[in-house]
Amino acid sequence: MDKNSNKATFIFATIMVIIVGTVLAFTAEILKPFQAENVRREKMQNILMAVKVDTTRDGAEGLFNEYIKEQVVLNSKGEKIGDDAFNIKLKTELKKDITEQQFPLYLCEKDGEQYYIVEVRGKGLWGPVWGYIALEDDMNTVFGATFDHKGETPGLGAEITTDAFQNAFIGKKIMEGGEYSAIVVVKGNASGDHQVDALSGATITSVGVSNMIGLAFINYLPYFKELKK
Amino acid sequence: MSEAAEELKAPAIKEKSEPLFSKKNRKLLSDPMDDNNPVTVQVLGICSALAITVQLEPSVVMGVSVIVVCAFSNLLISLIRNLIPDRIRIIVQLVVVAFLVILVDQILKAFVYDVSKQLSVFVGLIITNCIIMGRLEAFALQNKPWPALLDGIGNGAAYGAVLVLVAFFRELLGSGKLFGADMLLWLGYEPNGMMILPPMALIVVGLIIWAQRARNTKLIETH
Repeated sequence: MDKNSNKATFIFATIMVIIVGTVLAFTAEILKPFQAENVRREKMQNILMAVKVDTTRDGAEGLFNEYIKEQVVLNSKGEKIGDDAFNIKLKTELKKDITEQQFPLYLCEKDGEQYYIVEVRGKGLWGPVWGYIALEDDMNTVFGATFDHKGETPGLGAEITTDAFQNAFIGKKIMEGGEYSAIVVVKGNASGDHQVDALSGATITSVGVSNMIGLAFINYLPYFKELKK
Repeated sequence: MSEAAEELKAPAIKEKSEPLFSKKNRKLLSDPMDDNNPVTVQVLGICSALAITVQLEPSVVMGVSVIVVCAFSNLLISLIRNLIPDRIRIIVQLVVVAFLVILVDQILKAFVYDVSKQLSVFVGLIITNCIIMGRLEAFALQNKPWPALLDGIGNGAAYGAVLVLVAFFRELLGSGKLFGADMLLWLGYEPNGMMILPPMALIVVGLIIWAQRARNTKLIETH
């Protein structure tokens, strides 16, 4: 058969697509557990980073079990409805109706101190940004924060993953006189307990981070109030 | 397709079997390194050379990934070169390259997760690297699998070598580090932020081309 005939062309294209599709689907299935394990450990690593526990991905699982004493799942009214916080996917929760949303909270104990780690998630310029923020046991002062992103611009928005930006959150407060007062990311001359300097050249990412943090704590406030009683 | 048909089509190529690493085959590996470098002589693949050469580590991984993709796509295309209908050959090449790139991406994600995060979108962009398509079109379609494999390795390695060279200067001068380890900072070196920006990659590539042509004068165009 002439390889350039229409028939041969169709047959060739069909067979090629079937072979390539099969092999790729097969590999994806085989590698999926390895990839999922990486993602799971990275999440543990990120949670631990919020309380300044530096670890490799391999060591994350052990340390996570050591430091994280309790996991709590909250609904939007701040009521405890479960304890498997780690498997809550905030990405899917935020798409749900507000009454059905669930929020993860991790209670961590390190060097005799109690910390509360909340998960935050929002929009950057190019895609999602997310992170973990640890509060001290007054449920007010930020002990540590860690952020990550999917595709922010390297050198600009991607700088939210640097220590310089993350450390600026340390010591900031989310309450003022008993009322919620969000931590905001502002352009230039951040001052006081509720402001952090934005990244120059990355306005939209900075605003995204600001909104993400501002909204996230609202869901936890009723629970914190309950705990303080 | 049978061996006989192949002989009928291209009698000139059919010859007595030659040693695996004959002079001609060795040249396939060494030629791209200097006289026929895909980046500095043919000026292909510049895009990725700008994007990922800020640090050495991603450059090395990118180089290795391109070697793998280039070698195996050359091999695969060469194996089926007598079956590929002419009219859809570019699409076939693209499918083969995309197939290999997705494989590489999946494997990186499973086994070297950190590096895969760092390279992020650029792994996928190997598909658009014109060196690979260029070699398929120019070499693999006309040659047997073994020379095609060598040609792929040679060109991939030559591309990787340029990446590493560019990244060496950019990371050293731009961050004062190599592979993330302090090299110049302890001497009080102030990192030159401009080296981190993409245009400096182009200028470094330009300097490499200059140095190469000063040494190898036959590369200089006469016009």
